[in-house]
Amino acid sequence: MRATILIYIAVMALTTYLIRMIPLTAFRRRITSRFARSFFHYIPYAVLAAMTFPAIFYSTGSFLSATVGLAVAMLLAFRGASLIIVSVTASVVAFLIGILPF
Amino acid sequence: MTRGISPYRYREGLKDGLPIGLGYLSVSFGFGITAVGEGLRILEALLISMTNLTSAGQVAGVTVIVAAGTLLEMMLTQLVINLRYSLMGITLTQRLDARCTTPRRMLMAFGMTDEIFAMAVSKPHSVGPTYFYGLMTLPYIGWAGGTLLGAIAGQLLPSDLRSAMGIMIYAMFIAIILPPMKQDRGVLFVVLLAAALSCAVYFLPFLQWISEGFAIILCALVSAVVMAIVKPIDDEDDDGEEEGGAT
Repeated sequence: MRATILIYIAVMALTTYLIRMIPLTAFRRRITSRFARSFFHYIPYAVLAAMTFPAIFYSTGSFLSATVGLAVAMLLAFRGASLIIVSVTASVVAFLIGILPF
Repeated sequence: MTRGISPYRYREGLKDGLPIGLGYLSVSFGFGITAVGEGLRILEALLISMTNLTSAGQVAGVTVIVAAGTLLEMMLTQLVINLRYSLMGITLTQRLDARCTTPRRMLMAFGMTDEIFAMAVSKPHSVGPTYFYGLMTLPYIGWAGGTLLGAIAGQLLPSDLRSAMGIMIYAMFIAIILPPMKQDRGVLFVVLLAAALSCAVYFLPFLQWISEGFAIILCALVSAVVMAIVKPIDDEDDDGEEEGGAT
């Protein structure tokens, strides 16, 4: 393992742990601000969307196979398929598109 | 604050954690593939999963490492992406029994993911440390084991297959965000806004000084703040129970 990467991982792990630990041990009352509660409601989706786009288009090394994989993932997710099914099917489809002879 | 002693034992936690652990096995497999694909070594990918136990934060963390970002950037990225755990922690304090002393809470905090939190707060009675430890056990093993398998597969599989698997973790993110988009217009718009901003930062030449790690934070913060102002949630909504946030 490389030393600089270990430092990154340590900082990452410590930050994540403190975010989990401090409120669980110290906080004793309830958040009432409507703005704050709305912000917390939206932030997970905003983060996932910002991480997925545009990165997903470059995730397979081929724009075409990634786009088709994305379309399949969206269709399956829209119809309520489970996380595993969506993720495996998208990658199988991306693989098949990737090995097409063009 | 819930008083008394929880009726749930370690074994019941273990049982409740089994489906979560199986789900994590496949998700972290995707993370292992992605991490190794980005240039990390197998043990580095495994160490990240064993010490962090969070999917979105880990993917963003790998982005910062690969881009050789600053440690401040790493801290801020994790802070923003994992902020929801703070709210969950606050919510969970309302459901803990009298045996949850501060040292025990410090151990429990390590295993608090979206799914484990959701399972714990959905129990009809208060929960104690032994149940929570049981609940953490299999998801932790599934998360670490899946990462190891994915990282190894990422180095052994033929490159066609390996690159196709790079889409797995993102497809899973799609599967998390899409169903709530159908029911909640606020979620629909926050997703569209964040995706549009993120693409703008990536493609527009005058915005390309923003690094990838900061781009995620910036786009997510702006979108969530805008939507919290434009479309605040109803007052009755229970905070912290965003079903299906990141793992």
